[in-house]
Amino acid sequence: MAFKTTKNFILGAIVAAASVTGIAYAAGGGVESDYKMEHPDWSFNGPFGKYDMVAAQRGYKVYREVCASCHSLKYVAFRHLGDKGAPFYLADFENPNDNPYVKNFAADWTIEDIDNETGDVIERPGITADYFPPIFPNDAAARASNGGAIPPDLSSMVKARNNGADYVYNLMLAYGSPIPKGVEITPGLHWNPVMDGGKIAMAAPLSEGLVDYDPVEINDHGELKTIAAPEATVEQMSHDLVQFLAWSADPKMEQRKSVGLMTLIYLIILSLLLFLSYKRVWRNVKH
Amino acid sequence: MSGPSTYEPKYAAAKWMDQRLPIIRMGADFMTFPSPRNLNYWYTFGGILALCLVVQILSGVILAMHYVADVDLAFASVQRIRRDVPFGWLLQSMHAVGASMFFLAVYMHMFRGLYYGSYKAPREMIWILGCAIYLVMMATAFLGYTLPWGQMSFWGATVITGFFGAVPIVGESLQQWLLGGYAVDNATLNRFFALHYLLPFVIAALVGLHVWALHHVGQNNPIGISEKTESDTLSFHPFYTVKDAFAIAVFLVIFAVFLFYLPDALGHADNYIEADAMKTPAHIVPEWYFLPFYAILRAVPSKLFGILLMLGAIVVLFVLPWLDTHKVRSMRFRPVARWFFILFIVMCFILGWCGAGVPDDIAIPLGKDAGITFYRLGQAATVYYFAYFLVILPILGLVETPKKRPDSITKAVLGENHSTAGLAPAE
Ligand code: HEC
Ligand code: HEM
Repeated sequence: MAFKTTKNFILGAIVAAASVTGIAYAAGGGVESDYKMEHPDWSFNGPFGKYDMVAAQRGYKVYREVCASCHSLKYVAFRHLGDKGAPFYLADFENPNDNPYVKNFAADWTIEDIDNETGDVIERPGITADYFPPIFPNDAAARASNGGAIPPDLSSMVKARNNGADYVYNLMLAYGSPIPKGVEITPGLHWNPVMDGGKIAMAAPLSEGLVDYDPVEINDHGELKTIAAPEATVEQMSHDLVQFLAWSADPKMEQRKSVGLMTLIYLIILSLLLFLSYKRVWRNVKH
Repeated sequence: MSGPSTYEPKYAAAKWMDQRLPIIRMGADFMTFPSPRNLNYWYTFGGILALCLVVQILSGVILAMHYVADVDLAFASVQRIRRDVPFGWLLQSMHAVGASMFFLAVYMHMFRGLYYGSYKAPREMIWILGCAIYLVMMATAFLGYTLPWGQMSFWGATVITGFFGAVPIVGESLQQWLLGGYAVDNATLNRFFALHYLLPFVIAALVGLHVWALHHVGQNNPIGISEKTESDTLSFHPFYTVKDAFAIAVFLVIFAVFLFYLPDALGHADNYIEADAMKTPAHIVPEWYFLPFYAILRAVPSKLFGILLMLGAIVVLFVLPWLDTHKVRSMRFRPVARWFFILFIVMCFILGWCGAGVPDDIAIPLGKDAGITFYRLGQAATVYYFAYFLVILPILGLVETPKKRPDSITKAVLGENHSTAGLAPAE
């Protein structure tokens, strides 16, 4: 009963009410297109779902090498990557600031800063405490480089669209679907039936083999294990990206679900005990 | 039924206190308050609401320690709360989901009152204070929704305050006065934050009066027949403390399911996008608990008439005790009104559905490309909403023949032939 939007929730209630009164409702349609939305069975769905960390690690690589030339990730700090429940968490490094992967990733980025001695604007390698830096110095610059559209920040993208994981996944895959008759695509725009209205200022960012996946996997203790790297198909990269962006949108999901489970068990036992107390207190009382 | 106080101070210190500030007596009387013995689970929502208020205030005060009311920082500060503050994700969700749970409970509580006629004499003041609480709750929720400064926060605030601009002559100045400028901006955000922090305490004070009035006249009950003898009642503690506690625990289970597993199910994806005055979202939709009123607001083409209708929809609740003139309280004994009441609930859902829909979209298809639009359906439901209060209840008050009612709560519980014996509560 995962109602993804208020509307669905209300609709659900109404359909229930409607079955009584005999009213039927028709779902509204979006853009006319042959594209069929795919709904992968995400590992993080459901009450016990978790992120696929190995995929999320690859997803970080795709973000870093492809999307980061346009999209920022400004609410995420490098240290977050090594938190518990994050893609690069290592059991041996409870403090993510000591995590060697996190340190390396941070150092791989250039951060603008002020030199304390001279007051000059300088550039330095990132440290774990830094947040992912802005990609463009300001909105105007972002617009100027992207045909008038601003590439949105991706930190919470998966939460910022209805059914966000499926949305981002399909957005990546839907490029190249045939343009319906009567639709005009002006230069600088691209046809993508998943986007609201079908026209998007972002060109297809992914193509077969764009990223070289490393044939390694990091285990909990930071050791690298050689594995067969998956092929970097558009589907694979999109899948990995979504695992990473789902984490960045909801970094506390695993903690949330485990605290939730404990809380629910506690509350259900409490309800039972209170029900028994109720029965006992009221046992000789007619009501 | 506030009987004489039965509290006897046992210790010297308690006696000393009792002569100066009888606060222990107040608590003791509260716990032994004689309540009708036939209250069902619909009567547990008052206690549930008290808990909701406490949850909102506690989580809210802590959130306010981390929140920054500034248009450039507000959105980021909420992200920080969710990502960096220890258990901030829990507090933030608890407050947001808690608001929905609060409204869920208040609607149950109000429908309960409507069904059992709890608004009728001598409980008019309980009802009116309840309506006042509801009004302030709506204001609080609206103000609070602006604070995270997402797209829906901003545009919701813009649309709603825009309606004040429709007031003749003074509209524009009124709107600017409310906003502290020409548009929703930093001044608006700051005053909304100040008021959002203030109003829950106003609610708390109103709840105090609400419960005071309740304890003065005594609680209504599912058969709507006043308490007459002692055997009609039970002490609040332990009978209703344990029943309320059980209901609260079940309510918390539902709360926890949303909080931990569906934290975004009742919200809008758009509110995860920072407010942007240059980009209007495709659909500006309020939170689910405002949808019925949103549908009433949009039921007429005129903006001004729309707000008047929406205000009227709430004002009519305040005067309900004088619109429903029927002597019998509980709809259990009103065979006709009962059906109109059930239809009223259905209409409230339909209004909510219309509030979520796009007015020109087809709600009920009748053949190809034809059917009843949300706009028309919303109008029909709006007409029923007002007719229920302004026409149906007043007329039924004059013409409806009630079913036969039991003489007393005791007789209703034990059957006509029983005396009051055998009703002694356990221990
Ligand atoms: C060349 C620059 C560029 C690159 C590289 C790029 N994007 Fe974009 N992206 C944009 C622009 C510009 C927009 C805004 C499009 C619009 O508003 O029409 C955008 C929009 C988006 C959106 C939002 C669509 C919506 O619903 O509004 C998503 C999601 C997205 N990009 C994901 C990605 C991902 C994932 C990658 C990496 C695989 C990526 N982008 C790479 C420029 C880029
Ligand atoms: C913060 C919100 C509120 C709180 C904490 C609250 C609390 C309570 C409590 C504790 C009771 C007694 C227990 C019960 O009957 O459930 C009660 C009774 C009542 N409430 Fe509320 N209430 C709130 C809002 C409202 C609203 C919005 C209304 C209606 C507009 C309302 C109308 C009534 C009525 C009529 C009764 C008497 C019920 C009866 O005796 O049958 N209350 N309330």
